[in-house]
Amino acid sequence: MSGSITFSSVQSIRGSLMVIKTNGKLGYEELVEIELGNGEKRLGRSLQVSEDIAVVEVFEGTQGLSPRDVKVRFLGKPLELPVSNELLGRIFDGLGRPIDNMPEPVGSEELDINGKILNPYKREYPDEFIQTGVSVIDGMLSMVRGQKLPIFSGSGLPHDTLAAQIARQATIAKGEEFAVVFAAVGVPADTAMFFRRELEQSGALKRSVLFLNLAEDPAVERIVTPRVALTAAEYLAFEEGYHVLAILTDMTNYGEALREISMMREEVPSRRGYPGYLYTDLATIFERSGRISGRKGSLTQLPILSMPADDITHPIPDLTAYITEGQIVLGKELYHKGIYPPVNVLMSLSRLMKDGVGEGKTRADHKELSDQLYNSYSKAMDVRSLAEIVGEEGIPESSKKYLQFADAFEKKFMKQDPYENRDIDTTLNLAWEILSILPESEWTNISEKSKKVYMNVVQKRNI
Amino acid sequence: MKVKGRITEVKGTVVKASNVSGVQMNEMVKVGETGLIGEVVRVEGDSAYVQVYEFTTGLKPGEPVEGLGSPLSVTLAPGIVGNIYDGLQRPLSTIEGYTISRGYTAEAIDVNKSWHFVPVVKPGIKVQGGEKIGYVEETELIRHYIMIPPNVIGNLTYVAPEGDYKVTDQIAEVQGSEKQSISMLQRWSVRVPRPIKRRLVASEPLITGQRVIDAFFPLAKGGSAAVPGGFGTGKTVLLHQMASWANSRIVVYVGCGERGNEMVELLKTFPKLNDPISGKPIMQKSIMIANTSNMPVAAREASVYVGLTLAEYYRDMGYDSLMLADSTSRWAEALREISGRLEEIPAEEGYPSYLASRIASFYERAGYVETLSGDFGSVSIIGAVSPPGGDFTEPVTTHTLRYVKAFWLLDPNLAYSRHYPAVNWISSYSSYVESLSDWWSLNISDEFETLRRRALDILFKEESLRNIVRLLGPEVLPEDEKLLLEAANMLREGFLKQSAYHEVDRYTPPLVQYYLLKLIISFYEKAKEKLTGGATVEEIKASPLYLEVIRARFNVKSKENFEAIMKKVMEF
Ligand SMILES: Nc1ncnc2c1ncn2[C@@H]1O[C@H](COP(=O)(O)OP(=O)(O)OP(=O)(O)O)[C@@H](O)[C@H]1O
Ligand SMILES: [Mg+2]
Repeated sequence: MSGSITFSSVQSIRGSLMVIKTNGKLGYEELVEIELGNGEKRLGRSLQVSEDIAVVEVFEGTQGLSPRDVKVRFLGKPLELPVSNELLGRIFDGLGRPIDNMPEPVGSEELDINGKILNPYKREYPDEFIQTGVSVIDGMLSMVRGQKLPIFSGSGLPHDTLAAQIARQATIAKGEEFAVVFAAVGVPADTAMFFRRELEQSGALKRSVLFLNLAEDPAVERIVTPRVALTAAEYLAFEEGYHVLAILTDMTNYGEALREISMMREEVPSRRGYPGYLYTDLATIFERSGRISGRKGSLTQLPILSMPADDITHPIPDLTAYITEGQIVLGKELYHKGIYPPVNVLMSLSRLMKDGVGEGKTRADHKELSDQLYNSYSKAMDVRSLAEIVGEEGIPESSKKYLQFADAFEKKFMKQDPYENRDIDTTLNLAWEILSILPESEWTNISEKSKKVYMNVVQKRNI
Repeated sequence: MKVKGRITEVKGTVVKASNVSGVQMNEMVKVGETGLIGEVVRVEGDSAYVQVYEFTTGLKPGEPVEGLGSPLSVTLAPGIVGNIYDGLQRPLSTIEGYTISRGYTAEAIDVNKSWHFVPVVKPGIKVQGGEKIGYVEETELIRHYIMIPPNVIGNLTYVAPEGDYKVTDQIAEVQGSEKQSISMLQRWSVRVPRPIKRRLVASEPLITGQRVIDAFFPLAKGGSAAVPGGFGTGKTVLLHQMASWANSRIVVYVGCGERGNEMVELLKTFPKLNDPISGKPIMQKSIMIANTSNMPVAAREASVYVGLTLAEYYRDMGYDSLMLADSTSRWAEALREISGRLEEIPAEEGYPSYLASRIASFYERAGYVETLSGDFGSVSIIGAVSPPGGDFTEPVTTHTLRYVKAFWLLDPNLAYSRHYPAVNWISSYSSYVESLSDWWSLNISDEFETLRRRALDILFKEESLRNIVRLLGPEVLPEDEKLLLEAANMLREGFLKQSAYHEVDRYTPPLVQYYLLKLIISFYEKAKEKLTGGATVEEIKASPLYLEVIRARFNVKSKENFEAIMKKVMEF
């Protein structure tokens, strides 16, 4: 690495932060290289600079550092990633350094990992349907190219299986496969291995870039990993024209790393010890997605995060959902009933669905059907909890149909195999089939037209 | 005199500068070699703290800081309407490439464009601030009056003849204590409300076409309202709906710390949607301000004031302006973040102690007024509130609810069951109901208030019955109460729910709102009669008319549509 070479000395070390003497030579958010007595080198970045000193976060941690025997060199630039399409097929660490025993890829340019602000005026509204082959997603939580749609999960739930299934099956138009950018943020090595294997088996590895910050890797580095990955993703999408699917897992680890640094800096905390700028900080990650007018590619984000104590009001899932364009929430209860994918549809939402489905995109009855399924399933949940209290005798005859409907919805419509790939017609016909359990007077969202055109499809099929 | 000093410290977007004595609070400054724009937020001896409106990566101690001599101001002139600006009124449409570079500068409007000016006064008269001296047709919907700037007073010695002028050309001259040249362009400091003659009591509704709001929890022109709701409960969709359909003359939409794609959605739909009154694309009455969540927070803090000032400027011409801010919570968070960097003592949840007073003075800028020129105009403010964890007891929500006169609380349970808009009809509130009820009886029907009360009454009764049902099941209820539950269900499905994406349903004019209520309440009355005649609730529900009344919201567009269904109801 090049850059101005100024040496400095360390004043104090606390946690993963270091206060160094600078004589005003270090800029805000610029990199420093820290050389230990034994020749080992680490990277750091300034969080605050003044005329004489600076506070620096050390990505690899400060273990073994002693103020006396380290040398600090100013690199005179922020953290950058060299980018080119040589990134594809490669594996990097959480700071973007190759770990696949191959040479550093030749970058056509070096990009600041913070990215630049996309001009909202130059964005193109995302409205191209992605068929994932998963009924509950395609039918009720349709994804579009350029959307940011996280999976909210809990420990022991099959979020990885679902993300991998989406990555494997997601097709947009024929011959337009996704390039996958995968960022592991503090997850166990076997999770990273699982994704690698999945990508390899589906033949997608050569169209993938992996950035790995594993559980045993330094926590401070996690602040950087999603940004490094998204720098690669943005480049591939908007400069090289790929349709990119970025999987970031687990963003809860990211939030915790941010909290750790904030606490070491003694900042005023807001909720549960998380810094007041958590929303803004997460937004600078999740907003790095979308489509740009006049550019071929797109960047779709599928972040995964575990809800601490299954609590969706915890600041990390809460603020994430305030930024992303919906959320897919997985539920333990369904999973224990043996249903995969165990999607809690009522808590889930895809905000960009409305413009990605319907006539000319999926099918004219899609929107109405999806509204009706939500409406009826939510009523069915009320009936179900009532039946649990008063017993089935206590509910009116007409409501009993709702219990049947709820079962069919979960066991027929939602449930499918991780390797089962249903096309959108199959999904929608299945929806009509389960809806037919309910009398037509309950179909408040269905127009006469849809009834006429699509009901017979189902009836014919049933004969 | 311009103050020049040096950076001594950089901490996020807050920069400390020394040697800047003479610099004023809220003065704009240029920071660093790249000339980033910022605002002075604290002065201490000969040092000052500056909140920088852009990212500060790479900024070094020792770099220059230069005072610009004036506070953050907006450009007021023809050419604003139809634009999309960032939080500092820089147009986003003129930027090259697809990203925004730091230190980018641009005029808010095209200063080279000529406008056809028509004078409405002659020289020789006395004029003072606010007076209209002429106009240009800014868009097909907006006649833009050229006004004497607020603090100017004197004799009008010159007015340009009708003709084409650029905004910077002289079009008038006023001889006061000194001679002042007037052009079509004024500047105004965003944190100072524009002056008015006096405040009046509003008595006209701001019709939004959203049934639950207009009929049950209305907003008056010049009123203030808040929409608190957790993520995904429908704040943005509701605000977009109001921006699209409200009967205001001007709409200022401030996307404050929210998603970029939501601004794109406005840009995509506004040119295609027609104003329900004039039939012209609503783009011709809209101004958009986009400070998305990934942009620096200081500009986010400023963006709401930029929006307010633009709304006030058009109000001063005698128009009804509507300013929507999505989300005021992000603005409050920006305050918190800057306050934290200044190491101020935090009050609740890290927010500064002046949070409440800032919120109060923000909503205080709403109002129905007599303008300096003697016209009537208004600024209505609607702010979304995004409470963390959906918790309505957090500081931003609680303070906001103290200062607004109407609030629509969005209920996550309604949203989960896809009841949109998820406005909770039990806990929402509007203090404008009474003052607006005359308008409804004069313009729509004198029966309206009765129907409204009937409907709310049914919904309140349902609420208490539901507690019984939850414990014992509906089977324990007598038939008449079961029917009441059905009536409530019809109100929910057929009136309260309103799809933003259905061609007909998304906008309901007041008269049709009355029709729909009338249909449901009449059906209920008829059904009660049938019940006394021995019919069961199940039988009544099985009638196709039941579904037809519920689905009337998708089908009734005219009196004929209404009367056709009403006839069936009466014969039921
Ligand atoms: N009136 C409506 N008609 C149909 N759908 C609606 C309506 N209101 C809300 N929705 C649905 O709810 C989703 C979320 O709404 P919206 O984006 O307005 O939520 P929000 O409260 O602004 O959330 P956030 O705080 O996260 O921005 C929309 O994408 C849409 O699918
Ligand atoms: Mg919103």
